[in-house]
Amino acid sequence: MQAKIILKVASKSIMKARMRSLLTALGIIIGVAAVVVMVAIGDGAQQKVEQSIASLGTNLIIITPGSSNTGGVRGGMGSFSRFTFDDVDKIKNEATLIKGVSPLVRSGGQVIGGVGNWFTSIQGVSADYLDIREWPLQSGEFFTDRDVLARSKVCVLGTEVVKNLFPNDDPIGQQVRIRNTPFKVIGVLKEKGQTATGSSNDDVILAPSRTVQDRLSGGRFISSIQVNAVSADKIPAAIAELKSIMREAHKIEPGMEDDFTIRDQSDLSEAATETSRILTILLASVAGVSLIVGGIGIMNIMLVSVTERTREIGIRLSVGARASDILIQFLTEAIVLSLTGGLIGVAFSFLVAYLLNNYTEQTAYIKPQIIMIAFGFAGAIGIFFGFYPAKKAAALNPIDALRYE
Amino acid sequence: MENILIKTENLTKTYKVGDFEIHALKSANIVVEKGEFVAIMGASGSGKSTLMNLLGCLDMPTSGEYFLDGHNTSKMTQNEYANIRNQKIGFVFQGFNLLSRTTALENVELPLMYDRLQKIKDHQKQAKYALDRVGLTDRMHHIPSQLSGGQQQRVAIARALVNSPSIILADEPTGNLDSVTSVEVFNLFQNLNDEGITIVMVTHERDFARFAKRIVEMRDGRIIRDSKIKDRLDAEKELKRVQAEAEIKE
Repeated sequence: MQAKIILKVASKSIMKARMRSLLTALGIIIGVAAVVVMVAIGDGAQQKVEQSIASLGTNLIIITPGSSNTGGVRGGMGSFSRFTFDDVDKIKNEATLIKGVSPLVRSGGQVIGGVGNWFTSIQGVSADYLDIREWPLQSGEFFTDRDVLARSKVCVLGTEVVKNLFPNDDPIGQQVRIRNTPFKVIGVLKEKGQTATGSSNDDVILAPSRTVQDRLSGGRFISSIQVNAVSADKIPAAIAELKSIMREAHKIEPGMEDDFTIRDQSDLSEAATETSRILTILLASVAGVSLIVGGIGIMNIMLVSVTERTREIGIRLSVGARASDILIQFLTEAIVLSLTGGLIGVAFSFLVAYLLNNYTEQTAYIKPQIIMIAFGFAGAIGIFFGFYPAKKAAALNPIDALRYE
Repeated sequence: MENILIKTENLTKTYKVGDFEIHALKSANIVVEKGEFVAIMGASGSGKSTLMNLLGCLDMPTSGEYFLDGHNTSKMTQNEYANIRNQKIGFVFQGFNLLSRTTALENVELPLMYDRLQKIKDHQKQAKYALDRVGLTDRMHHIPSQLSGGQQQRVAIARALVNSPSIILADEPTGNLDSVTSVEVFNLFQNLNDEGITIVMVTHERDFARFAKRIVEMRDGRIIRDSKIKDRLDAEKELKRVQAEAEIKE
């Protein structure tokens, strides 16, 4: 028989029992929709996590002072602050796999200006810092290398600081006093939200590193060096390069331990991605079970259908149908049912995803591959659960089938 | 020998039911030539249906040989049996056996669908022609439940004709019909037979057997008598007579 005729006969049989076909397909519709939606929710969550990790600055590498080793007494990490501007300059001059480098000089204090005062952290950084952290400005401008060298008294405010000191007017051009030193506000950072540890990214004032060191923190040392690699795939090479530069700068003999630690964001992002991946698998397998239940529904109905249509099978056999024709007919019916169910299920899942994205906090992201997988799985279920009833139909003997009441 | 369509040699069928063996057919020998119209008669359990099923290649004999149109069917596979049913045989059943919720035209097209050689290209045209031969052109888009018993049986006959088979096998074709429609069906059979189509039918009633040309009587799985019919009935005349009778009754 030609494929066209087989499909015609199968779809006719399905249409003859419309209600039953719909109910049968419903199992597959719900199953496929559940799988697609669940995976979409998982992928949506994963995407969110990836975005928030990206907000840390994906190519970011942080060098922190390592444990000191003085006379055999080892302090903890950061116990011996040894980074100086010389280290930063050496990295800037020698490293080839980085785009920018910035020291981070931490300070903090009471800031007076605008409508009142506010306690916040003050970070002394270089002109590259915003680029390194992938942190855009909301308004105004950022200070330049020249400002850093000239120790200009300028600063850029985080939105939280703006909210507290200048709730009503534009802070740009205004003055704030940080521990009695006046700073001119030249820019406002874009709101960034919380850090991975839960504190606010926006409660901060950025100022030129040298200015902060001279006016606020004092001392020679800087608390960390932040670098961004030229690209994500160059991060390991950049780390190796930074390591050798730092060892040279600190005159560490071969065989001696580093007195610094270099970290990138990959550990964090790997852990987060892994978590959401497990979530996706969990959701998908629960939904997969419902798809299999849908398949059993198809088998159930097909078995009933074979019994009910025994006479039809007998008629077909008596006019010359082969056992294989009957097998193919019933198998095709099962596959058409499950694929149609799959199609409706996919359409349904798009509707659910649309509702989730527009009316709830939850994001659902439907990947094209998952549609193909769910659709293919529905087809496979049609074949798997349709085969036994079809085989049973094909095994009928024409006389018994014709006599069947 | 050229003219021989059906020839059986010691055709035997034995069913096993538990420990018992039921000898439904015991060494039946029958020869049917082209153009014949044979009525097989016998009480229930006489083996006539078993013989029909074997002749129709719906069932395989336990032993014996069956030649149909020169082919020895005893050594055939199930698929070859299906082909024989499709190409050589047109079956007409007592219970019509039409597909429900399927139009007359589509029912008639059914055998063409399973024709592996696809020697007929335009299925619908062929089916319409077959329906025309049984006089149901105006009913071709009706489904069985919209047709009378006689009309349904005529659709079934059209289905049997559509593949231009060598023989039509009819198993009590009028068993579910009243006497007027029964005679109508026999009239159709006689016309088809006059056109050269070979017909073998099973019937209960001796009166109906007289529409055929030859009568084969069976008892206990054996053929006990095989004779030419001398006082053959002409269905057309008979039809006028029963129609007149029916009118008087009303």
